[in-house]
Amino acid sequence: MVNEKSNLPTGQASLKSEIETLREDCLSPTRNWGRPTQIWIGCLLIVIAWGLYCYIHQLRHGLGVTAMRDYVSWGLYISTFVFFIGISHSGTLVSAILRITRQEWRRPITRSAELLTFVSLVFGGILPIIDLGRPDRIANIVIFGRVQSPLIWDVISICTYLAGSTIFLFLPMIPDMALCRDRLTVVDSRFKKIRKWIYTKMALGWKGTKSQWHRLEWSMTIMTIVIIPVAVSVHTVVSYIFAMTLRPGWNSTVFGPYFVTGALYSGSACVILGMAAFRKMYHLEKYITLKHFNLMGQIELVLTLIYAYLNLNEYWIPAYKMATAEGHLLNDLFYGSYSIAFWTCQIGTVMVPLIIMSFPKGRNITMLTITCIIIVAGAWVKRYLIIVPTLLHPFMPIQEVPGTWSTYFPNYVEFSITAACLAGIFLFITLFAKLFPMMAVWEVEEGIKIDHDKQSAIEIRKQREEEEAKITGELSALGNETIKQPT
Amino acid sequence: MQEDNKQKNKSNRRDFLKKSLITGGLLAAGAIGFEKVFSAKKDSGEKVKVRAPDGKVYEASSDHLKEYRPPPVTNAEARRGIAGKKFVMVIDLAKCDGCKTCTAACQTMHFTEPDREWIKVFKMKDAATTAPYFFPKPCFHCDNPPCTKVCPVNATFKRQDGIVLIDNERCIGCRSCMAACPYSTRFFNWSHPSALQIAAVGEMAYSPEQSVPRRMGTVEKCDFCPDMIRQGKMPACATSCPMNAIYFGDQNEDAVTNASGGTVKLSQFLIDNAGYRHLEELGTEPRVYYLPPKNRKYPGPDMKNVGKEKKKTKPMEMDMGNMQM
Ligand code: SF4
Ligand code: SF4
Repeated sequence: MVNEKSNLPTGQASLKSEIETLREDCLSPTRNWGRPTQIWIGCLLIVIAWGLYCYIHQLRHGLGVTAMRDYVSWGLYISTFVFFIGISHSGTLVSAILRITRQEWRRPITRSAELLTFVSLVFGGILPIIDLGRPDRIANIVIFGRVQSPLIWDVISICTYLAGSTIFLFLPMIPDMALCRDRLTVVDSRFKKIRKWIYTKMALGWKGTKSQWHRLEWSMTIMTIVIIPVAVSVHTVVSYIFAMTLRPGWNSTVFGPYFVTGALYSGSACVILGMAAFRKMYHLEKYITLKHFNLMGQIELVLTLIYAYLNLNEYWIPAYKMATAEGHLLNDLFYGSYSIAFWTCQIGTVMVPLIIMSFPKGRNITMLTITCIIIVAGAWVKRYLIIVPTLLHPFMPIQEVPGTWSTYFPNYVEFSITAACLAGIFLFITLFAKLFPMMAVWEVEEGIKIDHDKQSAIEIRKQREEEEAKITGELSALGNETIKQPT
Repeated sequence: MQEDNKQKNKSNRRDFLKKSLITGGLLAAGAIGFEKVFSAKKDSGEKVKVRAPDGKVYEASSDHLKEYRPPPVTNAEARRGIAGKKFVMVIDLAKCDGCKTCTAACQTMHFTEPDREWIKVFKMKDAATTAPYFFPKPCFHCDNPPCTKVCPVNATFKRQDGIVLIDNERCIGCRSCMAACPYSTRFFNWSHPSALQIAAVGEMAYSPEQSVPRRMGTVEKCDFCPDMIRQGKMPACATSCPMNAIYFGDQNEDAVTNASGGTVKLSQFLIDNAGYRHLEELGTEPRVYYLPPKNRKYPGPDMKNVGKEKKKTKPMEMDMGNMQM
């Protein structure tokens, strides 16, 4: 396909067979639930069960079972919330922006990007609820909600984004669901009945008629345009939870764009990781190629550059002035107890990837995967470093308090619950991949057809040119000069 | 039938007695009642005479004594505040000797766990060359409160009389307000209230004005003792300060009073003594003023170990004995 244009066979028959292999390549992983998958799902379920147990423990005895205390009143949960919401920006970027700019190479990777958006958003949205002292009163947000509160802005924009990205994920799945529905009868697979039911329901009676295609395309165009500003708003208001306070380190006007780029930077890295993983696991080497990694690597490079630039603004400007309260915080970050984590984050996960990715060799599959793992881990730690040290440097000095108040490191309850959320994300993706094709089959098909059309167009043109040349030659040989040459 | 009625009358009277015991001298009675509740495990058989509001004197077992609190105002009333008032506090740093009596009085008054200091006495030293001083810090009841702005459910609110309160029956425990308060004033109930505290608070009906009974998963902080103010009394910290450093009053009346009973004209007092507000540059408009710590009559705090010493973390209940007045 995309990589081996020269080997492309021409003609309708070859096109058909190519599409046929594509469909099989995409659907076959959904048919076998091998041992490894079962073990993997089992492990994830254990992690989730333990996390649930810890959450029940936390519900019964209060947030006191975590390491959070009155100074560090937001910890790992909120950091992870910000991180997950950041990851959820991946889908929008890759899918919507590349769709809008009509990038042909996006086709095989949109589905996984949109899926990543959806799940990370769901689990990102769960985390602040886990962090609530009174989750039983969650209805108060609706009953007494105040639009003046940044938290309500978050609720509104995250809900909007969730609804939007659900539609965005679902719309391009409709033709694929119809494909699954129609093909299911052909082969034997597990849970046939329930699958048939799911596919039939989700296909929404798709028959592939002209008007249905027209409507699908229309809705996709509208969603693409709508989802981008919504996505930007989400991370902007997430940053506002912090930026709307007077705290040193949070009281910053650059926080909106800083969080949005940070989100795109970590989210795109996650898409690259997802690409690498699905490519290996579902043998999609033919479709997701070096070209895709190279191009995504370039996007990641640009995002890292912008992110590094905003980091410079965020730290260098106050560091130059060293105002009292801000100065205490920065001293702690630069030279104090958080310095190792801080500099590892800044140099190890921003500057080093920047350098690696600037070289074409650094954008090959292995290098890019390693770089992206570093980036994602760094982004997570960075969220923590934005939240916790600031809380430990309030305006009033921390004096004569129990030792546990003036330090913070998440304890097993927080780690377990966070791990359960992460496992939830993996579980959802695994189940999704075992039920639905991980590439938008029809979109890739369309890509193949376009390629074919281009290919045949070239050939037809060549043929025509040859014929024309022949005719012209013959005509001139005849010496008939009154006949105009065809243009 | 008649006997039944008698019985009812009796129990009614007992109820009434219980509710109205010791109406006078609330603070002192509060202290007694508090201690009694703490040692309520065994009946001491000690009888005391108390005068009920109807003027008659009754005899009751001292174990049944409980601090009298007037029935709480309604939630709507508590959210509105006291009409025509603007409460204000002035703390004279020149007088404060860091004895923490205010903290202790506050903790008794509000049945606070010992690690919660709604009014906390900081040891401050602004620069290497400037004087060290003690700095009692309650909630500032800011006029431009960052904390109430961010609350998603209006559980913490600003009243017309200037007081900022929390409704712990509505609070969802998101802790936005704790992040937003620049003065580290707010505390979170990370766990269930301790058994001792539950015993001490008893079956008091809740109102945002008295902040008890506490509930796990909600926020609490200094409330300027509005339930005391309604009875025409001053907050516990102001009345307990042995150095008369804490003044409390109404800005509309332009008068503040301290524990000695001396009343001064607020506006002139602030001008004469160069009163200021802490971290004025944050624009939170605190309702608590400070007078600079000049010409002190006591040694300032020893700053050598400040910030280094750490209180041991004790389970809350073990510490309860220390918090009685
Ligand atoms: S001191 Fe803090 S809690 Fe009190 S009103 Fe001001 S911002 Fe709110
Ligand atoms: S913790 Fe309670 S009072 Fe504070 S902002 Fe959240 S809901 Fe409001």
